Amino acid sequence: MSARLIVIAQIEQVAAEQNKKLRPLTDDLNLLDSGLDSLCFAILVARLEDKIGFDPFTVSDDVEFPVTLGDFIRAYEHAPTQA
Amino acid sequence: MPQPRPESLIEALERAEPLDHSFISDGAQRQSLGELLEAAQVLDGSGWAGRSVMIAVATQFDAARVLVSLDGKVQRLLLLPPDVNPEHYAAMIRDASIDTIICSDAAPFLALGVETLVLGEALPNILKGRNNQSGPTQWLMLTSGTTGEPKIAVHSLAALTGAIAPVDSARRPSWATFYDIRRYGGLQIFLRAMLSGGSLTLSRPDELVVDHWKRLAASGVSHVSGTPTHWRRALMSDVASLYRPRVIRLSGEIADQAILDGLKTAFPDSAIGHAYASTEAGVGFEVTDGLEGFPSSYLETAPGGVELRVLDGSLGIKSTRMASEYAGRPDLALVAEDGWVDTGDMIETRNGRCYFVGRRGGIINVGGLKVHPEEVESVINRHSAVRQSRVRARKSPVIGSIVVADLVLLPNAGDVDVVKQEIFGLCKASLAAHKIPAVLSVVPMIEVTAGGKVARAYA
Repeated sequence: MSARLIVIAQIEQVAAEQNKKLRPLTDDLNLLDSGLDSLCFAILVARLEDKIGFDPFTVSDDVEFPVTLGDFIRAYEHAPTQA
Repeated sequence: MPQPRPESLIEALERAEPLDHSFISDGAQRQSLGELLEAAQVLDGSGWAGRSVMIAVATQFDAARVLVSLDGKVQRLLLLPPDVNPEHYAAMIRDASIDTIICSDAAPFLALGVETLVLGEALPNILKGRNNQSGPTQWLMLTSGTTGEPKIAVHSLAALTGAIAPVDSARRPSWATFYDIRRYGGLQIFLRAMLSGGSLTLSRPDELVVDHWKRLAASGVSHVSGTPTHWRRALMSDVASLYRPRVIRLSGEIADQAILDGLKTAFPDSAIGHAYASTEAGVGFEVTDGLEGFPSSYLETAPGGVELRVLDGSLGIKSTRMASEYAGRPDLALVAEDGWVDTGDMIETRNGRCYFVGRRGGIINVGGLKVHPEEVESVINRHSAVRQSRVRARKSPVIGSIVVADLVLLPNAGDVDVVKQEIFGLCKASLAAHKIPAVLSVVPMIEVTAGGKVARAYA
């Protein structure tokens, strides 16, 4: 399964678990408007690290946190250089 | 008229005579309490007077021999548990003013600049006196924290034995414990045996639970104590099919409803109680109604000569069984100025019952919201497929920390994904969203400290 599909599936699962209503998951969706709160994102990042094998937001100190869903997915599509 | 507390173990054993049928055994060595007493009586105390002695022998059995022989003869006895990092020896010797070490092998202690004696068949009489001995021996115990320099709590035999009720010599219990007697929980059982004149069956560090239990059965043990973690391991080994003691006691960790119910099912005819005690606060109280926590009425009137309070969420204890101070550390207050010991064990009160929710230092901070690992574990442990769980923090770039859980499942647990979903459902039904573990991981085992407690990063 591609990183994109894994990310989308996990977003939907976390939203369901946390009783959050998701906006349609398009690449230009602003994460802050997605319907997920910061706890949901924390859970999501932890689970994706277990599924995909890395956490793109802690491998490097100067990483920028993504703004849109597209940014978020792209972060997982590129394996870290220093893994 | 109740008798005054014995001033030494020799006096306690003399009162408990006859001791012909009582013994202390670890499976490899065995001695009757009468022999133990005789060896102590013949030891000339004059050369030992005034010494501060660290008991650093290899086995619990030898530690027991030295304790009985030297209590009342020396200034101080410091019990060295087997799991202490040798890096800490120098600080311990400094803090406790140790001048003599009794050991099984001198090598680890030679560089410490302290007189070292290797224990043989008996303790030697030949030492030259140091100081005059006055008053009872101080008992020094390491506190149960496992990281950093250990702290040493100063006790007296009177404080350590303050919760031990007299026993009718016709109905002497036969004691056993999963604990090591060189830590507070185990020492309590050793002292109960000495004061009652009852037998004591010691644990051995590398013994399988089943083999340990067979020894308990062979010794006719009536009273067994350990941590909830010890007892979960015992249930995993199905020990109830081998032997059922009369009395089961849990202490040292939070006894949640799942382990109390599990024991009740496995040992329907045993009296099951959980006790609160700590090295600093001493023996607090025992709860025998089969329910986790304790009645909130204890905060008004607690049983057994102890006062309890909850201050800033933490349990406070005041009694004559507390330690007096940390040896060599006047900068640390063991007892606060108002006479209370703050245990750091956090309490929540609901519907007339006080529940232990975790350690003050163990709180996980999830985006500013607090979570006690033990509170989440007690929910997870309700699932019938779970034998043990450990909840811990996992760093999160988003929110500081999130809660994750490791699970040890029973062998016949079934489909792991189904079990995880069910545990998740249990958590969702009983816990706030930030307390629900974000990730559940099934692991083969959960690390346990030498003291029989779930290993936690902050402990």
